[in-house]
Order: sequence, then C-alpha cells, then structure tokens
Amino acid sequence: MGEITLKPKVTFKVPIIAETITPDNFAGKPIEEIEKLEMWEGNRKTTLGDLFEAAGSSGEAPADTKIIIEGDVRKVRRIGYKMTDGQILIKGSVGMYLGEKMEGGKIIVEGDADSWVGAGMKGGQIEIKGNAGDYVGAPYRGDTKGMKKGTIIIHGNAGNEVGCWMRGGTIIVKGNAGLFPGIHMKKGTILVEGDCAGRCGAMMKGGKIAILGYVPSVLPSFTFEEIKKSFKVKGEKIKGPFYLFTGDLNENGAGKLYVSTEKNKHLQFYEKYLE
Amino acid sequence: MELLIKNGYVYDPINEINGEKMDIAVKDGKIVESVSSDAKVIDATNMLVMPGGVDIHSHIAGSKVNSGRILRPEDHYKDVKPRTAITRAEVGHTVPSTYTIGYRYARLGYTTVIEAASPPLKTRHTHEELNDIPLIDKSCYLVLDNNWIVLDYLSQGEIDKCAAFIGWIFKALKGYAIKIVNPGGVELWGWGKNVESLDDQVPPFDITPREIIRGLCKINKMLNLPHTIHLHTNNLGKPGNYRTTIETMDTVSDLADGKPNIHITHVQFCGYGGDSWITLRSGAPEIAKYVNNHNHVTIDLGQVVFGDATTMTGDGPFQFILQNLTGNKWKNADVEAEGSAGIVPYKYKRKNFVNAVQWTIGLELALLIKDPWRVFLTTDHPNAGTFMKYPRVITWLMSKVAREKVLNKINKRAKKRSTLPSIDREYTFYEIAIITRAATAKALNLANKGHLGVGADADIAIYNINPMEIDPSKEYKKVRRALKRAAYTIKGGEIIVKDGEIVKSFIGETFWVKPAIPEDLEKDMLREVSEKFKEYYTVSLENYIIGENELASSKPIAVKTNL
Repeated sequence: MGEITLKPKVTFKVPIIAETITPDNFAGKPIEEIEKLEMWEGNRKTTLGDLFEAAGSSGEAPADTKIIIEGDVRKVRRIGYKMTDGQILIKGSVGMYLGEKMEGGKIIVEGDADSWVGAGMKGGQIEIKGNAGDYVGAPYRGDTKGMKKGTIIIHGNAGNEVGCWMRGGTIIVKGNAGLFPGIHMKKGTILVEGDCAGRCGAMMKGGKIAILGYVPSVLPSFTFEEIKKSFKVKGEKIKGPFYLFTGDLNENGAGKLYVSTEKNKHLQFYEKYLE
Repeated sequence: MELLIKNGYVYDPINEINGEKMDIAVKDGKIVESVSSDAKVIDATNMLVMPGGVDIHSHIAGSKVNSGRILRPEDHYKDVKPRTAITRAEVGHTVPSTYTIGYRYARLGYTTVIEAASPPLKTRHTHEELNDIPLIDKSCYLVLDNNWIVLDYLSQGEIDKCAAFIGWIFKALKGYAIKIVNPGGVELWGWGKNVESLDDQVPPFDITPREIIRGLCKINKMLNLPHTIHLHTNNLGKPGNYRTTIETMDTVSDLADGKPNIHITHVQFCGYGGDSWITLRSGAPEIAKYVNNHNHVTIDLGQVVFGDATTMTGDGPFQFILQNLTGNKWKNADVEAEGSAGIVPYKYKRKNFVNAVQWTIGLELALLIKDPWRVFLTTDHPNAGTFMKYPRVITWLMSKVAREKVLNKINKRAKKRSTLPSIDREYTFYEIAIITRAATAKALNLANKGHLGVGADADIAIYNINPMEIDPSKEYKKVRRALKRAAYTIKGGEIIVKDGEIVKSFIGETFWVKPAIPEDLEKDMLREVSEKFKEYYTVSLENYIIGENELASSKPIAVKTNL
C-alpha cells in the first residue's frame, strides 16, 4: 500500500478548499504531479505543493492509497470529496465538509472535525476520535439529499442536527448530541450513546433514532407505542429498555424514536398509556 | 458605430426573408440600407442570422423571483461561474441572479424579455431588479385582475373610470400590459377559497371571473394597449382544465375585430384532459383545434423540460395544491388589495406519469397549431424549466428523432396515451424564427423588435450553423449546440456576445406604455381612487407612484386611447 504524508507548510489563516485531497486524485501519480493539484486559498487559486509538504508515494489504485495528514488542518475544507476508496488519516483536527459526497473508503480523524462531516455521504466510513460540529451527514443548506449509505462514528460529542435529511446509513455518536438529531430524516439509523439536547426526530418521516442518555422531553407530535427491551444497530444488539415513540405525526411520519427508560425517569408518565 | 454583417443566411419572417444570403448594415443602433467602407465587418458566411430573440413570458424580476432565490440556496451553489473582466460572477440555475439572467439570455441570442407578473404594489421592486439586468431590453406586465379598485369599478359597471384607472396605473408604475392571474380565484384565496368555473361568484365584489376577463379585455381595447390581455387561466394545474381554457378563450371571441385580443399563457399548465391525476391525458388536441379555428387567440407553450424547476406564480391557491402534492418547502404570500403569490421548488421527472404527460402537452400544442404566428415558445421560466433549455425545446420541435428519443425514455403509460408519436410535423428555421422572435414581437406590438428591416433596432443573433447544409431533423445535437452559444449577439448595434462569451456589458432599456387619458376623467377617477387608497392600502398614493428617474433607462411608449 502506498502512503503519502502531507504536512501544512504554515498555519493556515484563511479557509482552504481542498477537494483534491482524495485517494482517487492521488492514486498512480508521482509526488510532483500531486503537488500540482489545484486548491483555493481564500479567493486565490494555488496548488497543493504551495500549501503542503508532500512525501511518500501513492498506490496504483485508490484502494491501495493512504493519505496521512499531520498537523492542524482545521481551516482545510472538503478533504475526501467524492472519494471512492482508500484511506485518509488526519492526525489532528479538520475543517468543514470532511468526506462530502464520499462514496467509499475510510477517513479517520484523531482530533475534532468541524460541521458537515460526511455531508450527503453515499458510502464508506468516517471515524472522528474527538468531537464533531453541526450537521453531521446533512446536505448543504437548502438541499434535501442527506447521507444515503455508509457509517459515521463520532467518539466525542456532536453538534446540532445530526443526520438532517438522512436517507440511509448509520451515525453513531458515543458522546452527547445537540438539538434536532434526525430532523427531516427518511431512513437510516442514528444512535446517541450520551445525552441529547432534545427535539429528536422533528419532521422525521422514517428511520430510527435511539438515545441512550438523558432527553429533556419528546416532541408532542410523537406518540408513545410500547416499551422495548433492545435496539439493533448494524446487527449489534443494544440493551434497553427503551420507550418507543413513532412520528413525526405532523409529517405523517413513521419514524421510530427509542429513548432509554433508565435515564429518563421524568418520562415515566407515558407508561400510563400502556393499558 | 457602423457594422456590416456579411453573407449570412438571414431568417426574418416579418419581412418574409426565408434563408436568403444577404448583408445587413447597422448604424447608430439601427438597421440601415448601407454603411460606409469604414464599417466593422462581421463575416457570417455559412451562419444563421436572425433578429434578437423576444421572450414574451419569463419570470425574471420582482419580489417573487427574489423570494425564490432566498428559498433555494441549493439552486445557487450548484451553478456558479466566476467573474471575468467584463461580467460579474454568475450564480443560480432556475432562479439566477439579475446579472446572470442578462448574460445567459444574451448568450442564447435573446435581446428582449418581459417579466410576466408584477403586482402593482411590488412593481418598484420589479423595476429595481430590471435596472440590474444587463444587456437585454425588458418590461413587465402588471397583475390587475384581482385589484380591489379594478374589481370595484368593474362590478359597478363604471368601465370608463376603470379604464382611466388602469391607464393611470401604467403611467404611474411603468408597466406594459394587463396580466390576469386566476381572475377572482386569487381574491377568494384571501378567504381560503378558489373559483372553479368562469361563472362562480366572487362574493365581496359580486362579480364573476367571466365579467372580469371581459371587462379587462374591453378596457385593453379602449386604452389601445400594444399587447392583448395576458391571461393565466382559472383552474390552472387541475385535470380536465382544458375546458376552462377553451371557455376562457371563447368568452371574449365576440369582442374581437379580426386581430388577437387575448393571450393565454403557459397553456401546458391549463391543457389537461381527464378527470383526475390517474386518468390525466393531454387536452392539447382540443385546444389546438379551437386556436386553429379562431384567430382572436394567441398562446405560449410553457413547455416542460425535465429536470429542476422552481414554480412561482401569482396564483396562490394553485401553489397550495402543488405543495400538498409534493410536500416540498414553499412560500405563499398575500399582496394587500391586489393578489397573492406562491413558490414551490419542483423537479420534473421522465418516469413520472404526470410530468411525462405535461411534457407531451407543450409539444403537441406547438405541433398541432397550424399558424406559428399565434403560438410562442416559452418554458414559463422558471416554472416548467429554465430559459436556458430553449435550444433543447427548439430541437424537439425541429426533429421527430429528437422527440422520439425522449419519448422512449418517458413513462410508458404517458407515451401510450399521447398523440405525439403520430405527429410528423417538424419546424423549419423560418418557423423557429417566428415562434421565438417575430411573432412575439408582433404580439407585443414592438415595431422595432423581432425583425431586420430598415429602421429596426439592431438586435441580431448569429448562430454558427449553416441552415442550407444541416438537416436539423437528424443533426439536432449540432443545432442545439449552436443555439446554446450564439456566435454573435448584437444589441443596439453593439457586439455583446462573441463565440458564446460576453464581450461587452451595459444596461438595456425598460419600456412602458403611457396612455393619454382625458384630463377631467383622470381627475374624477383620481379623486375616488385616493379615497379608496386610504381605505384599502397601508401605503399612501404618493409612495405608490414610481418616478421615471427610478428606471435605469426608461423608454416610454405613448399610446393614443379611445376614451
């Protein structure tokens, strides 16, 4: 497998649009050609070689190309744009739109990621060891085509609107999530292992959301169905018990919302509807 | 500046020039007999030369268009072009920015475009945007059918005063023609209702849609306005509405005097047969039959082009229905005492039965109506598709093969129900020049547009195809490519586009009609109107009026009235 290491030459001050940093663009190219790949630094067109120090060699195909980025790239956006295969390892924090419209392969971030991780993603896997910003897996403003396939795992916390307009795939947040996880969701699965700031599944039409931690309240447009013992994510059983709600009824939705009974004693009043 | 366009194949239907090889001389923005030897020569050998395009119905400016832009950020970041030394950055696809609209029309060889619906109260906004659209000449229609003052006068039978009011409104707000949008229905929408036939009552005013249409048609004639009434029918977008459309045309047939007196716009949206969305079929054959037999009607297509669109119209209730059908994000608004508006993004899909039927209706209309002088090419931009798709529509009209290629991809049930596969007619370049330029200019009564006779404005489009050699029915792709990027577009004697790129940018004229109204009648009317204004509006009459200084480049057209 070919490995290419990129190191920022300076600390970036303005946003960098780096949609060319993908295994697909690097595969089968010598280092000189990779350095010539186009990038935007603010409103100025520049090349990868101007911004990064590149070393190593790429593989023949995207599948056997691994890109390692060392250093702080939190100003760098769109890394892994439309990548189909291979790996990207970021040893630091990264900017917005990581893995936008990605179709395959794997991205690992050891630090934090900014908003729109895996925006409109169609396949592959993204793993963030730190925290993620808002709109994980969501499409860009105004669009209605969210994440379709693939997996996003966030070990830290995630911001607001996780899985907005989601059409499939899986998002796992090991920490806490902000407001509106699964807003406009149609299909797919969101698992929040920590607490959630609330308004889960607003306007959802389908799909599943599970919150293992504390939720301040459930939206009134959700109806309580029953108490479930467990919940499945990618074939793995997660033990509950859970309150199961369906909604969002405002949208004639049939989405499923699982909320841990143990951490949410204040929702016990729903149990009286069981009889 | 002098220009000489040499050796092009000229198509100028108004002057009955059909593909003749000839030179065209231009001096000081006008077409002249001859120029001096210092003139700049454009070699148009083996090229197609036509007058600049005239679009009779397109939503390009105003509060509704701008709301569409705000509603659809996704429409913008997917279609971006950086600025050049001459042009500003271009952004937007179905609802482009003002600059983009000007540049893209110019690239297609269009030089005159009319904004299709501007409620009088919002017309200041419309003019602000028209002021920003570069290169093309433009104007706007004023929506007057659901205006409370107009309805008051019509229901009281005071047609003279109503005519004086409408004439005054054209002078005050700088519009070009009377636009009618779902007469009566839009007013009722303020009460959560709609009309279903031409004889439904509009309770607050005790008037029917039929009376509104007939009243405005008479006023149009009294004011001697250059264009006919421009009408968006009742029941638009409902299965079976072709009957309403024919009834609407027929309701003014007795008022005609040999010339067209009604224009029905985007007929594709009001040409549906069947009783429900399941039994939907094309009503184009019936409408075409009516139009063929009656010469008082002109229509434009509103042809559907598959892909992204943003529906936006003054027909608020229709947009409510569409939102219920699609569940898309939307906007709906009321314009005080004047009308409503709505916006719903939409995507036309080939495999969708309804969309596929819609696609066939527009083409059937164009192909079944025999007289090209009374059927115009539009996509009702951006309602059925963007104006950028005009070349595609033109190739569908010119080539049966191109049509069949799409027919094989559309919904099978829609294809089976359509008469389109049985139609063999193919448009010629001459007929294309009629439906895109000559006939529209004639319908708008723009004497200096749409032709290349001596004295006409030097608005010329030159396309890089040889009409003598090319067979558009087979090589339709070549035709489409050439029409997409004009080799030259000349506007007012200046070369603005060369090889599909903008080479010069300036602001075109905004024209408007200025009817002469007898002074005492105007005084009488204004005394009453200013009283009503205090009652109906939150703005004062003084602030309602738009000064000529507010137009970037004003061109009034004086009109003698029969008042």
